[in-house]
Amino acid sequence: MDYSQFLNMGQELSLLAVILILFVADLFMCTDRKSGKGVLNTPLPVILLTVHTLLGLAPLVCPCCVADATAFGGMYVSSAMAVVVKTILNVGTVIVFLTAHEWLKQPDMANKQGEYYTLTLFTLLGMYFMVSAGHFLMFFIGLELASVPMTALIAYSKKSQESAEAAAKYILTALFSSGLMLYGISLIYGTTGTLYFDQIAPQIHATNLVQLAALVLFIGGIGFKISLVPFHLWTADAYQGAPTTVTSYLSVISKGAAAFVLFVVLYKVFAPIIDQANLLFFWIIIFSITLANIFAVRQNNIKRFMAFSAISQAGYLVLGVMGATPQGLTAIVYYLLVYMAANLGVFLIISITEQRSGGKVNISDYDGFYRTNPKLSFLMTLCLFSLAGIPPFAGFFSKFFMFMAAFKAGFVVLVLIALVNTVISLYYYLLIVKAMYIIPSDEPIPTFKSDGYTKLGLALCTLGVVLIGIISWFYSYIDQFSFGL
Amino acid sequence: MTYTLFIILLPLISFLVLGIAGKWFSHKTAGWIGTLALAGVTVLSYYAAYEYFFVIGRDAVTGAFERQVPINFCWLPFFDQSLHFDMGILLDPISVMMLIVISTVSFMVHIYSFGYMKGEKGFQRYYAFLSLFTMSMLGLVVATNIFQMYLFWELVGVSSYLLIGFYYTSPAAVSASKKAFIVTRFADLFFLIGILIYGFYTGSFAFVFDTPEGLASYAQAGFILPLALTLMFIGGAGKSAMFPLHIWLPDAMEGPTPVSALIHAATMVVAGVFQVARLFPLWVTYAQDWMPVIIWVGVFTAFYAAAVACAQSDIKRVLAFSTISQIAFMMVALGVCTELQTGHEHVGSVGYMASMFHLFTHAMFKACLFLGAGCIIHAVHSNEMNAMGGLRKYLPLTHITFLVSCLAISGIPFFSGFSSKDEIITACMAYSPAVGYIMTGIAAMTAFYMFRLYYGIFWGTENKELHAAHHPHETKVMTWPLVILSIITVGVGAYTTLAGFGMFEGYSFGSLVSADGQDYRIHFDTTVALTSTIVAICAIGLATWIFKGDRQPIADKLYATFPRLHRWAYKRFYMDEVYQFVTHKIIFACVSKPIAWFDRHVVDGFFNFLAWGTNATSNGIKTLQSGRVQQYALVYLVGIILLIAMLLIF
Repeated sequence: MDYSQFLNMGQELSLLAVILILFVADLFMCTDRKSGKGVLNTPLPVILLTVHTLLGLAPLVCPCCVADATAFGGMYVSSAMAVVVKTILNVGTVIVFLTAHEWLKQPDMANKQGEYYTLTLFTLLGMYFMVSAGHFLMFFIGLELASVPMTALIAYSKKSQESAEAAAKYILTALFSSGLMLYGISLIYGTTGTLYFDQIAPQIHATNLVQLAALVLFIGGIGFKISLVPFHLWTADAYQGAPTTVTSYLSVISKGAAAFVLFVVLYKVFAPIIDQANLLFFWIIIFSITLANIFAVRQNNIKRFMAFSAISQAGYLVLGVMGATPQGLTAIVYYLLVYMAANLGVFLIISITEQRSGGKVNISDYDGFYRTNPKLSFLMTLCLFSLAGIPPFAGFFSKFFMFMAAFKAGFVVLVLIALVNTVISLYYYLLIVKAMYIIPSDEPIPTFKSDGYTKLGLALCTLGVVLIGIISWFYSYIDQFSFGL
Repeated sequence: MTYTLFIILLPLISFLVLGIAGKWFSHKTAGWIGTLALAGVTVLSYYAAYEYFFVIGRDAVTGAFERQVPINFCWLPFFDQSLHFDMGILLDPISVMMLIVISTVSFMVHIYSFGYMKGEKGFQRYYAFLSLFTMSMLGLVVATNIFQMYLFWELVGVSSYLLIGFYYTSPAAVSASKKAFIVTRFADLFFLIGILIYGFYTGSFAFVFDTPEGLASYAQAGFILPLALTLMFIGGAGKSAMFPLHIWLPDAMEGPTPVSALIHAATMVVAGVFQVARLFPLWVTYAQDWMPVIIWVGVFTAFYAAAVACAQSDIKRVLAFSTISQIAFMMVALGVCTELQTGHEHVGSVGYMASMFHLFTHAMFKACLFLGAGCIIHAVHSNEMNAMGGLRKYLPLTHITFLVSCLAISGIPFFSGFSSKDEIITACMAYSPAVGYIMTGIAAMTAFYMFRLYYGIFWGTENKELHAAHHPHETKVMTWPLVILSIITVGVGAYTTLAGFGMFEGYSFGSLVSADGQDYRIHFDTTVALTSTIVAICAIGLATWIFKGDRQPIADKLYATFPRLHRWAYKRFYMDEVYQFVTHKIIFACVSKPIAWFDRHVVDGFFNFLAWGTNATSNGIKTLQSGRVQQYALVYLVGIILLIAMLLIF
């Protein structure tokens, strides 16, 4: 065996190294139980992950490294776009870690800070394998690696019943969907005799009903991860029950990886039956966006609210797979980047507010928030505006490119429906803004000071929300890789 | 010449710093930040102008100035890449000339505001907005394409709105700012539609056709270009206050006076002229037949505004109407320009040069007049002419500079306005003697109302009561800009007058800015020059006869003889009332009310139904989200089966 091919998996290896270092550090470095402060919370993980992110960029910036590489006979495939996606996931994870700081300082968390990081990074590693998979087995292993530690993360607050219930629901649904998807993969193996992405495509035919069923089962499995209707039902419960940082991780990072993989598999494997896939997604997208919007309007728990918002956003995200065009891929990755900045920004504020106010997570708790915390309200408004797609924030541009990609691919009706839904989504995002700015309250959440990590995270997200759209470099940079998939 | 980027970046940075952190600075620091940024811009602009005009601008072979694009990048791409929004910096004679005008006037205004705005609440905000405006205006003139121009065009509009409404506690300022914004925005709508038509049919937002494909696309879109250009012209007419879209400019005088000098006299209001000049090659090539629109709108506006200016009593309003009238001169000059090539006879294309020349000279002397008016208002605390009189003793420097600018705007030889206005009238004469004579007549009216204003302020009886309360005086920081601007006025005027009469051969304005970039030496047409000078002197004489004395028997008698005419002119021929009538009685009553009814009952009803439907659906399907995981799995499975079934059916 040629061990040098491991070098093609540079990002995975360096992430593994980060995990191991944190693992060892967890054994030897003590955290002060009372204050919850220590190297492990949060400087070390953030610094290591940042270094890892920067190292991971090497194939893109350094002329001597090659981004396109395979390992293990094509089971592992890396491309420049995959590197971009992994980098986005890295940045998102760094921000999630910044969110987690205050939560991990709590006395009952202080003794298990290390586990949080290792578990989170293991799921990230799983997503790496998903993103770079060239074989269904590799893909499935990555998917499971991303799912199973996630359950532990959702159940992280041991004493919270909600958390445990959410985890139970998550793992049960995850198992169910994995089982069905595995069944779909076995159907593919049965009809084609191979699981390599490249080799399957020529043997896929639109007339083969078994393969069509396999397509649906695969979409179901991925749809569960991205939380598309009708595979989304776990989302609200899990988002509400999970610790807020884990919710933010769930809503952005794991969703982003899955959306990218969905595109890759449709593009590489199911290309001959792309018309059928488009038909499926046509209805899935309409239902995801619309149903989620209808549910979001009536929520009061802000985390549950964000769950439905996330389902709706997932619908927009998947708009890019329609037609499986290179523009669609660019739009997906760009949308992911923009969505990450805005959504993590909102979660940072939800999280710090929850920590500082003793667990207030209802939208009505935010009444009069502007009076007591004007800066946070303002940043929250920026992020919500970006989520709703209001110019000049980045969310407008990401939706614009997404709609344009779908429009060019010929899905005019779908774009129109999505546009109408944007208006509805504006309504419910503004409900929060209204609560913060307009509705008076006798007992608003008192003024509080955020910690440095939250501030850093907020600064990153705000920069993202404001600049990613206006500076066209981001879009063109991503765009140049989309043809070389 | 990538350093030109800093011409835009410096004021942007100053805006961000002052806008975000302004309240932590003292007034003085904030003022210095803005002024230093502008000083940087001015130095860079002058250097860029030097480099462009004298070092690298000319094509080595033809000797004509060419377009230079030091920076250009694609800001918003569309998929097939044929249509894209670019951002960049374009240097050509008119944009470089505008850089000079904007940076000079803006710098003067920055200095002047130290004195004028001293102690005002919101001093930092004021400087932040000034920087924002300067940035937008500079971005507008160096735009490489029409979309970028539109973007900065709107930014200019916003900063104008913010500055007019600077005294936001005064209801008059607030309504003036709203009026300005709504009227110009209304006109900009046409501009936008024009741009969209243009982009749709030509497949590009570029100004020029320098590639063969570009030429082909223009030829293909030739049938629609006149419409697109005319729509864009409406946008320009709104910004440049052409009749009937002029109504916002007089009210805009509610803003601080230095702002009026910068935005509503020298720079922003000429954006419309600049836009027409920028698109001029297209006008001449494809829309020659539609150019009389520009001419007659211009001629009527020039006359109307001059007539109104004769009867106003608020000194800033007189200047505002004078500005409208002078901008109309520039518009007319562009309209009468029928050729692009300069050639030997240069008759057809002289209007372009004349228009830009007048833009330049007008910016200098009109800024000087406004800043002078600011000094006067600062000294007597009133805008009304009857509060003034006899101020020449108290404000000597203001008096001299004001006089210089009045002479310049009246078109007296050796003052800058003479040379540029003379070229405009020459161009008009070449187009049609009728237009030429009308414009000469309006020039005479200009001289008349300006000297009416001058005598009203500096001569006549003193208002003793007012002066007893406090002693009117000048401040150094406010008079320096006046002196500099009037030196420019006299210097440019003397130089161009001598050169124009052939006293010496040298560079003149036409050598730098002309329709096709070729060297064009200004030579006055003696008949035109003589006629207009005599007419101007007569008009000044008439004004002196009527208004110079302590008492004004002739003026009073005139008012008594033609009370209605005076009243009409004073009321600006009731244009505002016409607008009120049209908007309130016709549009609001006949169009808006039915629409409002429709909106309230049908549209709202539909959305209420939608909301009711959403709620009902939401109630109906809330059992879907039951919290029972068995059911979740069931839904999942049913979903899969349905999807497979769908594939089988279709």
